Amino acid sequence: MEWLTITIDGREVSVPKGTTVLDACRMNNIPIPTLCHAPELTSAGACRLCVVQIEGMRNLPPSCVTQAAQGMKVETQNPKVRNARKTILELLVANHPLDCMTCQKMGDCSLAEYAYEYGVTGEIYQGEKRNLPIDNGNPFILRDPNKCITCGKCIKACSEIQGKSILDFSFRGFDTQVGPAFNLPYNESDCDFCGSCVSVCPVGALVEKQMVGKGRPWEVSKVQTTCPFCGVGCNFDLNVKDGKVIGVTSNPNAPVNGKALCVKGRFGMDMIYSENRVTTPLIRKDGVLVPADWDEALDLIATKLGEIKKTYGPNSIAALSSAHCTNEENYLMQKFMRAVIGTNNIDHCART
Amino acid sequence: MAENQRILVCAGTGCASSGALPIIDILKEEIKRQGLEGTVSVVGTGCQGFCEKGPTLVIEPQHILYTRVTAEDVAEIVAQDIIKGERVERLLLLDQETQKPVSLLSDIRFFAKQHRIVLQNCGVIDPKKIEDYTARDGYQGIQKALKEMSPEEVLEEVKKSGLRGRGGAGFPTGMKWGFCRQTPSDKKYIICNADEGDPGAFMDRSVLEGDPHSVIEGMLIGAYAIGADEGYVYCRAEYPLAIKHLEIAIKQAQEAGYLGDNILGSGFNFHLKVFAGAGAFVCGEETALMASIEGKRGMPRVRPPFPAVSGLWGKPTNINNVETWSNIPHILRNGAEWYGQFGTEKSKGTKIFALTGKVNNTGLVEVPMGTTLREIIFDIGGGIQNGKAFKAVQIGGPSGGCLPESMLDLAVDYDTLTQAGAMVGSGGLVIMDETTCMVDIARYFLNFSKKESCGKCTPCREGTTRMYEILDRITKGEGKEEDLDTLENLALTIKETSLCGLGQFAPSPILATLKYFRHEYEAHIRDHKCPAHNCTALLSYTIDVEKCKMCSLCAKNCPVNCITGDKKTNTPYVINEDACIKCGTCLEKCKFGAVSRA
Repeated sequence: MEWLTITIDGREVSVPKGTTVLDACRMNNIPIPTLCHAPELTSAGACRLCVVQIEGMRNLPPSCVTQAAQGMKVETQNPKVRNARKTILELLVANHPLDCMTCQKMGDCSLAEYAYEYGVTGEIYQGEKRNLPIDNGNPFILRDPNKCITCGKCIKACSEIQGKSILDFSFRGFDTQVGPAFNLPYNESDCDFCGSCVSVCPVGALVEKQMVGKGRPWEVSKVQTTCPFCGVGCNFDLNVKDGKVIGVTSNPNAPVNGKALCVKGRFGMDMIYSENRVTTPLIRKDGVLVPADWDEALDLIATKLGEIKKTYGPNSIAALSSAHCTNEENYLMQKFMRAVIGTNNIDHCART
Repeated sequence: MAENQRILVCAGTGCASSGALPIIDILKEEIKRQGLEGTVSVVGTGCQGFCEKGPTLVIEPQHILYTRVTAEDVAEIVAQDIIKGERVERLLLLDQETQKPVSLLSDIRFFAKQHRIVLQNCGVIDPKKIEDYTARDGYQGIQKALKEMSPEEVLEEVKKSGLRGRGGAGFPTGMKWGFCRQTPSDKKYIICNADEGDPGAFMDRSVLEGDPHSVIEGMLIGAYAIGADEGYVYCRAEYPLAIKHLEIAIKQAQEAGYLGDNILGSGFNFHLKVFAGAGAFVCGEETALMASIEGKRGMPRVRPPFPAVSGLWGKPTNINNVETWSNIPHILRNGAEWYGQFGTEKSKGTKIFALTGKVNNTGLVEVPMGTTLREIIFDIGGGIQNGKAFKAVQIGGPSGGCLPESMLDLAVDYDTLTQAGAMVGSGGLVIMDETTCMVDIARYFLNFSKKESCGKCTPCREGTTRMYEILDRITKGEGKEEDLDTLENLALTIKETSLCGLGQFAPSPILATLKYFRHEYEAHIRDHKCPAHNCTALLSYTIDVEKCKMCSLCAKNCPVNCITGDKKTNTPYVINEDACIKCGTCLEKCKFGAVSRA
């Protein structure tokens, strides 16, 4: 691999060829604010918050789309750069609701974090503000277009992660909005409700509806786990407050799926507390299902399967396994059928 | 009567809208009626450039110009000029200094100082006839290229000519072609950017309407040099006549074997299509333009990769604007050395300017690079209308800057103008006089930029609106002292952090007016006065009791009835300022100078 030497804020660092200036900074723990950048998405270079000054280059280039070059001299914190970033943040805040106290994103909002860091007041550019209806017509995603900073990450997540391309920009200039075609609400669009858009939104424009009002980020502990819905093995973080799961958020380090999840994994965890959930084995006695303990249930199954096998032969028994189970569980099931029962009658709900 | 006379009637958009088209038909009928069909032909041409005086017609071979011709003048022109050979004096132009009629094109100041290369066929040929183009050496350039030169030699010739992109940025054309040629690919595209959108710019439209084959020939030569076999002309849909003439020209060029496969037996293939834009100004930016052709939303993307590496549908693509392409046939036909004699050391050739605003001779002007603004505005443009004083010239459209009188002796070339805080841009020149408020002009251009912002990057999307709001406040007398610093900081940040040229140059009108006309901003903010008496919110009208003769004309003409008084009771007229809409009618109507404006 070819390595380049560049100077960032007077410090010489080495980075592999092909690294962006932003990545070069982050590899070396030099903080650069970004709103439209996400490592798993292609870079748009749109929010312009990551601008830096590079010797010999015109204007202030955005570091996320500028390739590092041998001998490059980068300044990330000089007054000109900081002033430009502050001005950009002032512009965003001037067109953003300041209802942070009741915003679900409070404590996890990139805009608020940078506004605080750069001393933004939100007072300088007061003028026209967006006033658009909130999209609240579906059970999963709460969309407030007034909070949108049009960074475009949700659009890229929808097309590059989920491959659906439901979202895009509409209207122009100051009136630019993000949403499904023809400005339809999510529930009238072809949206899968995978929630990838929510997972990348840096502000409170897209939030998990189930979690609204249930807990603040600092009250929640995140427990990484594997999704129980199918055997793919997606990982995510269960958001737990006071011992209770209030929802699911993507874990960017999930080895199988990254931030991607399906509607069941991201929004289906309320089944944990469902009253309809079967929590013990049930045995039908005189036509009525009666709760039983596991020993009783397993004994009954073993006895019955043994009798059937003896009377009618192993091929009279078949098993249908579930995509809910892990690969290991499914493996055990077929092993049980072939080795213990002695039949090849084993199938799986996801096979057809 | 002279033999083989041609009457060239301008049928460009400007003259067509002032009534040229019926004149052509009536003229043809009149020629027929007089039995002159065999000796006199009537041609509807593209723009002749002198839009201010339209409809115009030129009688050839004598080079006689008639201006503001109407249908009623036709019979007289034929009877007197064509048949008797005597001029119809009342339709001739008056020389501005001598006030005597001038008839010969070469004696008319508007034309005398111009040097027409790109426009040499505009207004002279019928743009709908390929034979008119070939009769004036058209398609000689591509023939020379295909028969006598290798693609490398063509590229060298263009490099040697020193031609720079006429779309605004002034990038060396040959170098740009070279980048695209170097990129290995099985498929390459070339594009003609005809999305001319600056307010007051109409040079590209006139070239497409008046001489479409020159653009096609330029693209053919470029495609040969670069190694492209497919091209697009991206023309804004608001130019229907340009699109029509281009499509006719493409069809004729196909039939004549200049477009298609195996052109002139050389084995070189080139196919050309016209693509009508959907109305966004930002689609003049090359990456947005390509997105638009691909059927996507017209939004610029970051460069690199540059189009020469990854352009239309990911293939190497070369984009030049109409005027650039139109220069190419002349360079090939006459050689780089010939071309190099025009212009300055670093800006070669000529440039077409669209002269508009408060100038006497509005129209299209082609001059060698390096001509001064003063020559263009005063010698060619005939100075300021109604004897008013010159105040500023906006050069380069909404992306350019306003230059004051002290800069009039600047040579117009890419580098000099950029240094002065303006740009050649596409070549729009909007002339402003003493009645133009420079704050209001900046507001006007910002209103344009904010509406045309695509919304992708933060500084342009949010910032243009905020700059407009501040300017709007100032013109209404609601400006604050700190507004100027806020405006300047915002303008500089937007300039330095925006993604594409639209955002980077949207603050130019503000930065230039703040630099050269800061006192006007200060007068609005501190004194609540508009020095140009333009911003209505800052005007006040009063009637001088001493001078008022109580004739009641002001009150009778006031559209909102806010002036009261009575002669019978000897009550002089007064204006109710709260109700006054500041239209200025009272000032115009008063015969005694009793109404004053401050």
